[in-house]
Amino acid sequence: MGNSIEVKDLTLNFGSVSVLKNMNLDVAEGEFVVLLGPSGCGKSTLLNCLAGLLDITDGQIWIKGNNVTWSEPSERGIGMVFQSYALYPQMTVRGNLSFGLKNAKVPQPEIDKRIARAASILQIEPLLDRKPAALSGGQRQRVAIGRALVRDVDVFLFDEPLSNLDAKLRSELRVEIKRLHNQLGNTMVYVTHDQIEALTLADRIAVMKGGVIQQLAEPLEIYNRPSNLFVAGFIGSPSMNFLKGRTIEGGRAFQFGATRIDLAGYDGGAVLERDDAILGVRPEHITVSTTPVPGPSIPAEVEIDEHLGADSLLWLKAEGANMSVRVPVEGRLPPGTKVHLGLDIPKASLFDVKTEQRI
Amino acid sequence: MADVGMAMSGPRGAKPKRALSPRNIMLYGILIMVCVYYLLPLWVMVMTSLKGMPEVRLGNIFSPPVEITFQPWVKAWSEACTGLNCDGLSRGFWNSVIITVPSVILSIAIASVNGYALINWKFKGSDVFFTILIFGSFIPYQIMLYPIVILLREAGLYGTLWGLVIVHTIFGMPILTLLFRNYFSSIPEELFKAARVDGAGFWGIYFRIMLPMSLPIFVVALILQVTGIWNDFLFGVVYTKPDLYPMTVQLNNIVNSVQGVKEYNVNMAATVLTGLVPLIVYFVSGKLFVRGIAAGAVKG
Repeated sequence: MGNSIEVKDLTLNFGSVSVLKNMNLDVAEGEFVVLLGPSGCGKSTLLNCLAGLLDITDGQIWIKGNNVTWSEPSERGIGMVFQSYALYPQMTVRGNLSFGLKNAKVPQPEIDKRIARAASILQIEPLLDRKPAALSGGQRQRVAIGRALVRDVDVFLFDEPLSNLDAKLRSELRVEIKRLHNQLGNTMVYVTHDQIEALTLADRIAVMKGGVIQQLAEPLEIYNRPSNLFVAGFIGSPSMNFLKGRTIEGGRAFQFGATRIDLAGYDGGAVLERDDAILGVRPEHITVSTTPVPGPSIPAEVEIDEHLGADSLLWLKAEGANMSVRVPVEGRLPPGTKVHLGLDIPKASLFDVKTEQRI
Repeated sequence: MADVGMAMSGPRGAKPKRALSPRNIMLYGILIMVCVYYLLPLWVMVMTSLKGMPEVRLGNIFSPPVEITFQPWVKAWSEACTGLNCDGLSRGFWNSVIITVPSVILSIAIASVNGYALINWKFKGSDVFFTILIFGSFIPYQIMLYPIVILLREAGLYGTLWGLVIVHTIFGMPILTLLFRNYFSSIPEELFKAARVDGAGFWGIYFRIMLPMSLPIFVVALILQVTGIWNDFLFGVVYTKPDLYPMTVQLNNIVNSVQGVKEYNVNMAATVLTGLVPLIVYFVSGKLFVRGIAAGAVKG
């Protein structure tokens, strides 16, 4: 299967400010790629470049085997869904859906056919003759998706489409977008700052920061084997625990305060001996016990106990560092309890402090 | 049940308001005074214009006419003499219409496209261009009066209606462009982007997306231009010739004519007639005017 989108050495400068730096990104046919990152990381900018709404400084953009670097947005074979819906307020839903088709001089019977199909897929048939002002937020976003749908294009671009919706609606529409993707099989590029959306929707996630893709991988890979400290800290809530220490004994163990942690089973490259290293462990990969466990364990004290419903979060202090641990509800402990922590080393990540890269 | 009765015995519902509270007396007192202050001149004008000259000479300017006559109005409109012409204000009225209509349409059409392009189709140097344009609105007209005479002469437009139309269009440009630019900047950019993805071009987006959303600001521009151009005296007297004088110049010539008796009743009628057009425009579109000014003021 060929690539649907190819971004080659894309660079974008606003004056002297470099927004996107020498970026390369291939998206396979039918793939769902999520661009994820904090605000200002360039993810929406990249999407606007793909759509042709921003002129790039250097590089090339290919869509469906065509070099569209200099093409108009409407000639690129893309449909776009915006955060604020961007529905034309003076037109009815039908008018909104047909606007692009009329511009493209699609014959009326074909327009009617496509609108009928999109409306039935998105279940907005009863709304077709209403104005956007008479729709709820969720309905408006459906219409906005419909506007991309009727264009009958191969590539859908989503620019934070769910950010303006409330939490319940957001999860509903998230599932719907996933269903739409399964049903249509289009290539989709989806920008969000919400990691839950990214993890649930994506075939692959591109985590971005400072105009550079930090890691491009499948969601589980990103979650379990983050390639650097930024990705490790950005993905996961609460975020990964970072234990500052050093690797000893030729890389067989990690020294954290007074505790020696054996690194047997670590899933990564050559650890070697490093003076500045960080051991990253997710809150759910730590076990808590009130009695000393066999093998090395970190002594800690419970500070706060947060009840989340399905499970519980313990905030602890260990060797002067703050840590969080996810425990089952029955594992809750009152503040002040002295505990011992065991780490799941095969699921942990080691980082070099200087390069910030995963070892 | 007794408890419910007790609970309901106290004050309930909307709090009663006194009509003659000190606050209301102050508020309406001041409003009435301001109204009288502004309406008194109009009263004097209308009353005087309805009197015959003998009654005017009595000097009771505030009293209503004993004998109502519309002769001064007829005279002001169609008989009063200015120079050689004795067809009253009517000539000036039609001149003003012929000047105002194309000037208003042309200036609003160009300025709205200007504002739209400056916000949505930024080009290299567009901000500098805008700054220069705005700077133009701070330059006093008098400085440019004579250079424009020369420019119009060279273009062969001096003393013609079209010359004046062009002058009005150019002088309306800075403030109107600012007005439209600020209004368009309050329209979400994503709407513009969506239209571009939908394949609409420069004019397509302007006519199909921007225009339908911008009625209030067009009404504001319309009022500003109609009143401004209608009330203009300076350009009218400088750039046209007596045959083509607009109504304001004609009015001045009637009121300030030196020979004969000063006919105050005719002068008053002529003045009210001249002011009628802007007045009607205000009354018809007043609500939209306020809304548009507020909408344009949000961003800027």
